[in-house]
Amino acid sequence: MEKKYWSNIELLNGSVDNSAEELSNDDRSLLDIIDEEIASKPSSRRNFLKFCGFSFAGAAIASSCENPVKRAIPYLIKPEEVTPGKANHYATTYFDGYEYNSIIVKVRDGRPIKIEGNPLSSVSRGRTTARVQASILSLYDGSARLKKPEKDGSPTTWQIADGDIAARLKDIAAAGQQTVILTSNIISPSTLSLINEFLSLYPGRHVMYEPVSASAMLAANKVNFNINGIPDYHFDKAEVIVSFSADFLGTWISPGEFAFRYGIARDLQKGRNNLVKHYQFETGLTITGSKADMRYPVKPSEEPIIILQLHREISRLAGQSSTTSNNQHAAINEMAAALWNARGKSIIISGSNDPDVQLIVNDINFMLENYGSTLDLNRLLLTQRAIDSDMDLLISEMSSNAVGGIIIWNTNPVYDYHNAEGFINGLKNLKVTVSLNDTVNETNEHFRYILPASHYLESWDDAEPKTGVFSLAQPAIRNLFDTRQPQDSLLKWMGKDSDYYSYVKNYWLTNIIQEDGLDWNSVLQKGIYESDIAAAQVNYSNTLLNDAVTSLDKPVAGNKNDIEVNLYTSVAMGNGNHANNPWLMELPDPIAKVSWDNFASISSQTANDLSVTTGSLISINDLRLPVIIQPGQADSTISIALGYGHIKFGKVGTNVGTNVYPLVSVMNDNRQLYLLNASVKAEGGEYPLAISQKHGSLEGRPIVRETILSKYREKPDSGNELHAEFEEKHVTLYKETVFPGHHWGMGVDLNKCVGCNTCVIACQAENNIPVVGKDEVRRTRIMHWIRIDRYYSGGTDNPEVVFQPLPCQHCDNAPCENVCPVSATNHSNEGLNQMAYNRCIGTKYCINNCPYKVRRFNWFRYATNEKFDYNMNSDLGRMVLNPDVTVRERGVVEKCTFCVQRIQEKKLEAKIENRHLEDGEIQPACVQSCPANALVFGDLANTESKIFKLFKEPRNYHLLEELHTLPSVGYLTLVRNKEDNNHEA
Amino acid sequence: MYKTEVRGSLIHGNKNYHQISSDIIAPIDQPIPLWWKAAFGISMLAFLYGVIAIYVTISQGIGTWGVNNSVGWGWEIINFVWWIGIGHAGTAFSIFLLILRQKWRTSINRAAEAMTVVAVGCAALFPAIHMGRIWLAFFIFPYPNTRGPLWVNYNSPLFWDFIAISAYLLISASFWYFGMVPDFATIRDRTTSKVKKAVYGFFAFGWTGSTKEWLRYESLSYVLGGIAAVLVVSVHSIVSTDFAVSVIPGWHTTVFPPYFVVGAIFSGFAMVMTLMIIIRKVYKFQDYITDSHLNAIAKILVFISLIMGTAYATEIFIAWYSGSQYEFFTFFRNRITGDYTFEFWAMVICNAFIPQLFWFKRVRKSLVAAFTISIFINIGMWYERFNIIITSLTKDYLPSSWTTYEPTWVEIGFYIGTLGMFAAGVLLFFKYIPMIAISEVKGVLKATSHDSNDNKINRHE
Repeated sequence: MEKKYWSNIELLNGSVDNSAEELSNDDRSLLDIIDEEIASKPSSRRNFLKFCGFSFAGAAIASSCENPVKRAIPYLIKPEEVTPGKANHYATTYFDGYEYNSIIVKVRDGRPIKIEGNPLSSVSRGRTTARVQASILSLYDGSARLKKPEKDGSPTTWQIADGDIAARLKDIAAAGQQTVILTSNIISPSTLSLINEFLSLYPGRHVMYEPVSASAMLAANKVNFNINGIPDYHFDKAEVIVSFSADFLGTWISPGEFAFRYGIARDLQKGRNNLVKHYQFETGLTITGSKADMRYPVKPSEEPIIILQLHREISRLAGQSSTTSNNQHAAINEMAAALWNARGKSIIISGSNDPDVQLIVNDINFMLENYGSTLDLNRLLLTQRAIDSDMDLLISEMSSNAVGGIIIWNTNPVYDYHNAEGFINGLKNLKVTVSLNDTVNETNEHFRYILPASHYLESWDDAEPKTGVFSLAQPAIRNLFDTRQPQDSLLKWMGKDSDYYSYVKNYWLTNIIQEDGLDWNSVLQKGIYESDIAAAQVNYSNTLLNDAVTSLDKPVAGNKNDIEVNLYTSVAMGNGNHANNPWLMELPDPIAKVSWDNFASISSQTANDLSVTTGSLISINDLRLPVIIQPGQADSTISIALGYGHIKFGKVGTNVGTNVYPLVSVMNDNRQLYLLNASVKAEGGEYPLAISQKHGSLEGRPIVRETILSKYREKPDSGNELHAEFEEKHVTLYKETVFPGHHWGMGVDLNKCVGCNTCVIACQAENNIPVVGKDEVRRTRIMHWIRIDRYYSGGTDNPEVVFQPLPCQHCDNAPCENVCPVSATNHSNEGLNQMAYNRCIGTKYCINNCPYKVRRFNWFRYATNEKFDYNMNSDLGRMVLNPDVTVRERGVVEKCTFCVQRIQEKKLEAKIENRHLEDGEIQPACVQSCPANALVFGDLANTESKIFKLFKEPRNYHLLEELHTLPSVGYLTLVRNKEDNNHEA
Repeated sequence: MYKTEVRGSLIHGNKNYHQISSDIIAPIDQPIPLWWKAAFGISMLAFLYGVIAIYVTISQGIGTWGVNNSVGWGWEIINFVWWIGIGHAGTAFSIFLLILRQKWRTSINRAAEAMTVVAVGCAALFPAIHMGRIWLAFFIFPYPNTRGPLWVNYNSPLFWDFIAISAYLLISASFWYFGMVPDFATIRDRTTSKVKKAVYGFFAFGWTGSTKEWLRYESLSYVLGGIAAVLVVSVHSIVSTDFAVSVIPGWHTTVFPPYFVVGAIFSGFAMVMTLMIIIRKVYKFQDYITDSHLNAIAKILVFISLIMGTAYATEIFIAWYSGSQYEFFTFFRNRITGDYTFEFWAMVICNAFIPQLFWFKRVRKSLVAAFTISIFINIGMWYERFNIIITSLTKDYLPSSWTTYEPTWVEIGFYIGTLGMFAAGVLLFFKYIPMIAISEVKGVLKATSHDSNDNKINRHE
């Protein structure tokens, strides 16, 4: 107790009432009051306990409740368009130099968090691909994105850099030298016009360089039709498709759009009974090859010969020649007959980058009268513009004195150009080298000025992906870092005051939308503008055909057993500029199911010859790669994905896999993605590969049900007889669940699903699914809520492949629900199998008892964990998280929710507007993103809904229906357009 | 009470009451032997390893284990079921033999019950630690709460499990403890050490040994025995429903409840045998734990082994007979053949074949042989649980989710920790608690031990 002082005797005795005086004392603290209280009261046991109790409770509260500082600053003046908790959507454009997509960006509280396809665009049709979906994450990539301008490796300011560069550009112009702008494909009319203006001020050239180009196709089309572009392929109108190594559903030219059209050609719903017949010749198994009815594994060197044989056979049928080939490929006769019968309704394509091959392919298409019907020469695909020889020419110019300066933008030749050495040496002669790349990469370090470009979601731009099809790009967020979009830099160096936004606007108002008299804002809102174009007469000239035939018509050089290497762009990684995206890194290859690596796919025969097995290391011209024994791989070939093995990139993409661009060879002025005589040998040692699906056979289980077209025509439920049987046996002792309101269900058309994995990434973006890394994937702990199972049937030489997307089946008699001791997983009255994360104690019993194995456990605290250094462990990376979806804690089970947040949002909207929900209004992320339209979502209680009708299709079945789990997901049988079915044999 | 020459005496060596008390209390009175210290040290080290493993699990997450998104349960549930099985025998032994009035149980029941309590304690750790969020484990209690309609799920076998195990632990521990009260009183009365007097006096509960007390003591034994007898059957039946109620091939089996109960008694008896041989050897209790005891246990084991063999055969037969391709695959392609062939055949050989050696009297008589076989049975029973859990989960319905399972050091450490905990518990029991129920042995001494005792007693009368 404190010592008590007194001033007079009354105070000491406590006889004077001094409470009024004390009350007036305002600046007493709580402790003073307590002190006084203690002082004033006799020290009884009761008081002692009272104060003890208070201090203990106070101390406990103060020490146990950590109160993190959270800054939630309200708007002083609220911007008109921002309502906290409500998302805004902006139309913009994705183009990464190869792939185009008109998109809608969902912006929540100022942060772009999700990308959807723009439904108004005839190219996107509301759909996307995995790479487009994942590009939202690269916006928040703190490790790969460049954050401020640099000069000679040290930070600088924009003013200094602008001054320097403008001065030097003038010097170069004055010295009569050229300034070269080296970019990837540019399809923006405004940017192209700006570059032209720039080059008229500073004389020079614009070179477009793309590591995986369509150079040969462009060249052949130039020769045949005098056009600069690629005809648009209407797979939806085709009855026969023959593709030589073109993975048009995965990565080739415009895969999202092609998959959409292919989905139409594979549609057997609502009583349709015509199917496209698809032949595929390829070296390694791709998703396109997997969908083909007839697939033939061939070596890269054999392909031109087969095309030539097909050409001969078609000419014979067309009556233009009578020669037939010797030893022609077994499929040629049948295929040629099929093509000939489907004249005007067929498509021949080749992924080859040899102009001679493309000339012959064009000639076949011409003989088959496909131009004008399935191949549209009026609306050309304009996304591919780079010509390979331009880059080679540039390298030789750089070593001479003709070029004085170089500006690169969105390109990384040191990594992906086969003659990187030549490029680096060429740079040494230049007066100014400017990199306008947006990320750290191998090329930048050779440049004096690194002036980071803004992310595409921070930039203004436009695009012309097809003749007459335009779209606009607008920023969805202000620059996160000290970056500037390259067009603004060009304008600055040209000495102009205006910015690129006004430039685009002005360009559109004067050149694009002036005729229709459209208003800028309305076009900007829609994001697209598509003008009608008059059908122009295109003349065909095949002057170079005979030369092409002669140059190809020679026996394959080299030994038959030489191992040929085939390089391809993988579905996840593309050409490699997204390699620092953890979502794409972890996305399993749709065929090999390997993530976090590229690998050498070889056939089992070749594996025997080399005496290696899956996981062994081999060396190919000094590049070491792990082996995967890939069913369907052509013998004596190796397929390897490009895009891996960056040595300078962000934390995710650096040193993952092997860079195989150095294996690219040059032939006929074009870069060839194959190597005919690689020196291959087995190396010692095992390499751990992260394979997310370890078993590929169905073991004869009726999990995927399939049939062939002729049987389907006889009996639409062919292959699906079990369904009727199980429906008949459907009895239960218990009262069946009644769904008074909605009953959500999903349908998957196995015929349409192309296995492109877009749904996987869309789901990951929507539902805050963590990336777990290679080690965890190896331990079967990948977190994806929807996965695509891939099964093989038939022999290992050339198996049939099926893809089966597998979200939670939302069983109405769910095995997982019964066994949870705390009812953390339970059934909603709308048929959803839901998880209450807060309630989950993590017994994992539900994981065991789920026959579909769709449940995922949070083995670690993935968010905010240093050990999982991907995107969720930094404030910047976490900006991508969807605030409508809980970030799951360590120790709880999670799984697909049918995007319950979207269901709830639309239900509320309908309620507010006092109307019924429309069918198709609610789209889970996977359904919305699916390019092939393979997924359908809706209300099973609504007899008019698409999903209700789909469940009534004779092809519909449920997975493991014999278990009586009553899934809310239905699958439509796979129907192949072929005569016999390996599956049944 | 009967007296017969046919069965022979239960207690050898012409013991009188005083000798019995002295013999059995001797280890408590004597100073701690070196081997005990060493063994206790080693088991504490093992236990410490387990504590580290548990710490890692709780601080970092279940991810430190080898379990994955297809195989949700691994070593932790194998070991849980294994320990529960071992923990079965004590009570089963005591209760069933008590009810059947088999007097020879008196020399063994105390040790068996002690083993039960420690083993069930070990077992209970596993389901607790294996929870993803152990700090919310209390959700499993059906306690009144403010969470609205959220309540435990009475449909879930895990909830039944929780109730069954806690009830079993409670009843076994009480049964064991109350059985010891008269013996604690004996120690209290005999000891000269003040500390021991106080401690054992506390646990003796003021026992004076009056007739009234004995009467109540007897009734309590039978009441608790009656309850426990039901629990013995229920607890492992319920553990088996964790599997039987599921839809997973190899789990979804009606034979599981009896199969598990019998299996548990099997492993428990094997563990009793292991322990009894050790006690007999180390503490020279061959007069109390006689050859005929081991003989009787061996006979029970050979009988149960036949039941186990039948159960295995039944499962396999039904897998084929059911016509379910999933069941067929699990048994024929993932157990009898396939990745887990070794584990399957280890189980069959250890449980169904090796115990058949007990048909031979020479094997039953040989301590070494009996000890070895009892160890084999415990290994076999571990593999049985491995088979059930791992083979079914690694390859269930959709081949796309098939995977393999490998434990990590954390899981192994946790198991080693419980082994250490068990060993330490048993060692403490050796040292501080009368290993044989003194009062009960005395109770049967007059009735069944013949020889000169009879004469002595007769003379006395």
